[in-house]
Amino acid sequence: MSTLEIKGLTVSVETEDGPKEILRGVDLTVNSGETHAIMGPNGSGKSTLAYSIAGHPKYTVTGGTVTLDGEDVLAMSVDERARAGLFLAMQYPVEVPGVTVSNFLRTAKTAIDGEAPKLRTWVKEVKEAMGNLRMDPAFAERNVNEGFSGGEKKRHEILQMELLKPKVAILDETDSGLDVDALKIVSEGVNRAKGSSDLGVLLITHYTRILRYIKPDFVHVFVDGRIVEEGGPELADRLEDEGYDRFTSSATV
Amino acid sequence: MSVADTMTADPLARPHTDSVAAFVPDQSRAERTASFDVSAFPVPTGREEEWRFTPVKKLSALFAEGASDGLAWTDSLPAGVTVSPISASDARALGILPPQDRAAVVAAASAAAVLVDIPAEAELAEPVRVVLTGSGDTASHGHVVVRAGRHSKATLVLEHTGLAQHSELVSVVTGDGSDLTVVSTQRWSDGSVHLAQHDALVGRDATYKHVGVTLGGEVVRLNANVRYAGPGGNATLLGVYFADAGQHLEHRSYIDHNAPHCTSRATYKGALQGATARTVWVGDVLIRAEAEGTDTYELNRNLILTDGARADSVPNLEIETGEIEGAGHASATGRFDDLQLFYLQARGIPEDEAKRLVVRGFFADIIREIPLADLRDEITAAIEEELASTAYASANPAANPAANPTAPNADGQTVTKEN
Ligand SMILES: Nc1ncnc2c1ncn2[C@@H]1O[C@H](COP(=O)(O)OP(=O)(O)O)[C@@H](O)[C@H]1O
Ligand SMILES: [Mg+2]
Repeated sequence: MSTLEIKGLTVSVETEDGPKEILRGVDLTVNSGETHAIMGPNGSGKSTLAYSIAGHPKYTVTGGTVTLDGEDVLAMSVDERARAGLFLAMQYPVEVPGVTVSNFLRTAKTAIDGEAPKLRTWVKEVKEAMGNLRMDPAFAERNVNEGFSGGEKKRHEILQMELLKPKVAILDETDSGLDVDALKIVSEGVNRAKGSSDLGVLLITHYTRILRYIKPDFVHVFVDGRIVEEGGPELADRLEDEGYDRFTSSATV
Repeated sequence: MSVADTMTADPLARPHTDSVAAFVPDQSRAERTASFDVSAFPVPTGREEEWRFTPVKKLSALFAEGASDGLAWTDSLPAGVTVSPISASDARALGILPPQDRAAVVAAASAAAVLVDIPAEAELAEPVRVVLTGSGDTASHGHVVVRAGRHSKATLVLEHTGLAQHSELVSVVTGDGSDLTVVSTQRWSDGSVHLAQHDALVGRDATYKHVGVTLGGEVVRLNANVRYAGPGGNATLLGVYFADAGQHLEHRSYIDHNAPHCTSRATYKGALQGATARTVWVGDVLIRAEAEGTDTYELNRNLILTDGARADSVPNLEIETGEIEGAGHASATGRFDDLQLFYLQARGIPEDEAKRLVVRGFFADIIREIPLADLRDEITAAIEEELASTAYASANPAANPAANPTAPNADGQTVTKEN
């Protein structure tokens, strides 16, 4: 049983006109086995939240705490956070020229586990996970994210999540830009990971569509750098019908 | 006519600090002196176009005429390949290209030439390997002539090691339809100086590949030149270099498209680490009026790992005919891409290992072109050793930018010029 606890988190980014506050006090607790959907309009700060938890150097935490099982996440380096059990599936995965997917996965797995995986079982595991995500085996020999289509990048993120077995995964708009088939495949991957471990999921999305395939336990509406409303899955249905307008107008009053 | 096309920004290279120097060459590359006559080349002062980046003061021993010993030569020869002395006149009769600078002409005049002869139609399963070992800091000269017979297929590896002040001319002549790869590694001890001109006259429909790997030595300057003996030739010039503090590593390539329907690629990649690390790449491509159907592309990328290092990158493309398939160049110099490091670290990979992966990946496409697995592994390991040796120990605070007039700011920088 793990708990990711975010309290009073404020975050700013450096801009030409000085620091700009983007997160304005975020409180959120994700326990193992729970799936939290964060929904909000573009520019509301969803990616900022995800990156800040992962430790992206662009974002400066100006207040609040983030802990994983009581450990201070904000004091950890980016790689320490990942080794502690956090995983971020990125909205825009990064190309790493000259580094093959198979080398990358093996290196990451070794770093996370603290020892190299047994070759035979690892190769089998990777093959099976790729098969589940309908990824061509030739994929393993391509360079990380180089020339990948949007859908391939997202599947590759989920592949990593399934192989690295984090305690809490943050999925930043993994659904954006996917067609229905790819969306189903990716959702199955998330559900597999939830079924096989006690994964806690923070599912960031702009659309309700993915919530047909991944059932959230909690829905949080995120506007202008903070959570403005929380509820159960029914809140997603309301958003589907009403959109974000109600929240954005109230937020700007 | 002189053509400048757009510099291609490289995702790996951001953020980068290109500045375009206002240097205008006074002559076409075609007008540069090429001769076997020592007196045709005055001793360089450092002001000449072809020497302006090079620390010529450290090179006087190699500009002076006079007989000298060569390096210790150890070879391993596949069946059919022979090594024997060859007279200067016989070498010239093979059609070797003339020296193009003072160091090369002195090397040709001072050294006893050696012929590595690969017979026609030989398809060598094993490489020809030559280890050249220096044993001191007195000047030495070498002239290696390589003849790859018609329709032969071979790989020649020249490994340079030890301590040396060495000037070298390597003259390759490849036969029609042949396929030759030359890999030259420069892994000298500290304090070594190496000036080299590696030429190839590429046969009709022949394939030629030259890979320069320069890791060790205080001053190394390797000039790889190509001309074509007939149409249909295909030349690839590749280079990998890693400069530490105190090293000057210079690579120049000159592809003279003097025949129709030939292709060429030049790809050089370097990493620099340490406040006084210095690299230079100058890539000249000349497409002559008669070279219709030419297809050429040259690329240089530099990865600056610490403050104060300086990479110069100068692609020059001269085009004298409009009837070509393609001609382009790109040059980019930058630091580690923070996004790449973040992505790798976000998967649990520690920072130093993430940097190692990125550097390995950066060089991967060139290392892959080395046709020998053991050499590939050796070079990869050597690069990783370089990376670890002074591994970001510090951006050395002792390095005073004011003391180094060629590096006007303490930041890693590059100067890029194109014509
Ligand atoms: N480097 C930056 N400089 C200025 N503004 C930024 C920077 N990075 C992000 N922002 C702003 O922060 C806000 C939140 O962005 P983001 O977290 O990406 O939102 P979301 O993921 O919800 O679409 C946006 O208004 C965006 O323009
Ligand atoms: Mg976003």
